Amino acid sequence: MNKAIITVVGQDTVGIIARVCTYLSDHTINVLDISQTIIDGFFNMMMIVDYTKSDVSFEKIVENLDTLGEDIGVRIRCQREEIFTKMHRV
Amino acid sequence: MLNIMEVHETNQMIEQEKLDVRTITMGISLVDCADESLEQTCANIYDKIVLYAKNLVATGESIERDFGIPIVNKRITVTPISLVGASCCKTSEDFVQIAHALDRAAKEVGVDLIGGYSALVSKSMTNAEELLIRSLPQALSETDIVCSSVNVGSTRTGIDMDAVNMLGGIIKDIAWNTRDIDSYGCVKFVAFCNAPDDNPFMAGGFHGVTEGDAVINVGVSGPGVVSRALDEAVGHDFEFLCETIKRTAFKITRVGQLVAQEASNRLGIPFGIIDLSLAPTPAPGDSVGEVLEKIGLAQVGAPGTTAALAMLNDQVKKGGIMASSYVGGLSGAFIPVSEDKNMIEAAKSGCLTIEKLEAMTCVCSVGLDMIAIPGDTSAATISGMIADEAAIGMINQKTTAVRIIPVVGKGVGEMANFGGLMGYAPIMPVNNASCEAFVSRGGRIPAPIHSFKN
Repeated sequence: MNKAIITVVGQDTVGIIARVCTYLSDHTINVLDISQTIIDGFFNMMMIVDYTKSDVSFEKIVENLDTLGEDIGVRIRCQREEIFTKMHRV
Repeated sequence: MLNIMEVHETNQMIEQEKLDVRTITMGISLVDCADESLEQTCANIYDKIVLYAKNLVATGESIERDFGIPIVNKRITVTPISLVGASCCKTSEDFVQIAHALDRAAKEVGVDLIGGYSALVSKSMTNAEELLIRSLPQALSETDIVCSSVNVGSTRTGIDMDAVNMLGGIIKDIAWNTRDIDSYGCVKFVAFCNAPDDNPFMAGGFHGVTEGDAVINVGVSGPGVVSRALDEAVGHDFEFLCETIKRTAFKITRVGQLVAQEASNRLGIPFGIIDLSLAPTPAPGDSVGEVLEKIGLAQVGAPGTTAALAMLNDQVKKGGIMASSYVGGLSGAFIPVSEDKNMIEAAKSGCLTIEKLEAMTCVCSVGLDMIAIPGDTSAATISGMIADEAAIGMINQKTTAVRIIPVVGKGVGEMANFGGLMGYAPIMPVNNASCEAFVSRGGRIPAPIHSFKN
């Protein structure tokens, strides 16, 4: 399984999750977990996804989500999971 | 499973606290490039570097994208050129030709800097090593991204005072040859004692003779992350403070370990070491000086600075060691004056002096670094400063170094500007009492008694 972490940070607005999930579904990227919270007054969402069966390259996913974020007015990052697990798990 | 606060913490480190992988450095052995013909040696060097490193920059960029972590520099280190060029270089000009070959190859593959135009002369110099050292003023002024180092001493061998004496004049000549750009050439040269073979940072990086054919070493930085973490430690005791620094160093080093392994796999070149060095940049919030001030000093340079730095350096090493089995290079805290906003301020205000910096080098990871001094400082005084640093390294069994810039045409209080990550610095006053008779005695300072461990 190839896991990635998608984070969305910015002002809360209608349809953020819907639009991100639509993109993921269009490219057969499976959502494993979603959580959200408010940190320092900003909307923070995190998704753990499995992109093993994705029909586009990881590079493309990063780029497309970045563009989608600009469109919605929030910051969307997609990073491979290892950077977080390495840092926070011994 | 990961939780949102952990993910947020990592991304905050990257976005707000300037956590970055400072460099992916590919070490390449050039021992097999040596030939009797200078032309052939240069061709062999160029071809091997381009062959090995052609994908280095692109690989770095793809790792950067995949993990969302900036990788600021991609660099190359090579075998000390005094060894590679020994059979074909009969003059200093011949060595300069090799410097040009390195410069061309490094530019072809798109790296930021290439290190290893070096000589290891900790006991004494061969003819070739002396020629390479004499070539430095020309080599460093005619090339753009070639870095050079000379190891003048070690705990096991003592200090080669002939080399130390020579280097004072050489540094002055490098400064003169690059006088139009604030003597920038000196930024690309460092004199070492106990130089490590696997240092990924510049200007002192070279691919040691103990290394294999090629290796990937990674340097991670993050003074901003440590600084932010210390906000939580206000009012707590040393145990809490140390624990905070260690935890932070651990997390940063793990990122470096991940990037190093990825780079190694993707390039098909063995992983060497991670070097966790708190390496400041002139940007606000990316300062080792700020970390020291948060530990409790009104300004870096105040009494207590050496103790605070000793503790910081040690905790960084302890956190790093736990995070990777192969921690090497210099690992600790750098104190390059021109690259650190808070240190620049302290030097300007007079709180930080060269003498205090010298004391700090007894406990930091390297030495006197990126210090601008008056252009009319004598060659003997510069040699004396190198000798002092080398002695600290030799006796304390640690790496020390000197990268000072006698800025031609400028005096105390004026500013020198080196541009970009190299920063800017006030010209600091130097004690000019003569040490000419000392540094010019000739010969070497013997190895200290505690080096005899056989």
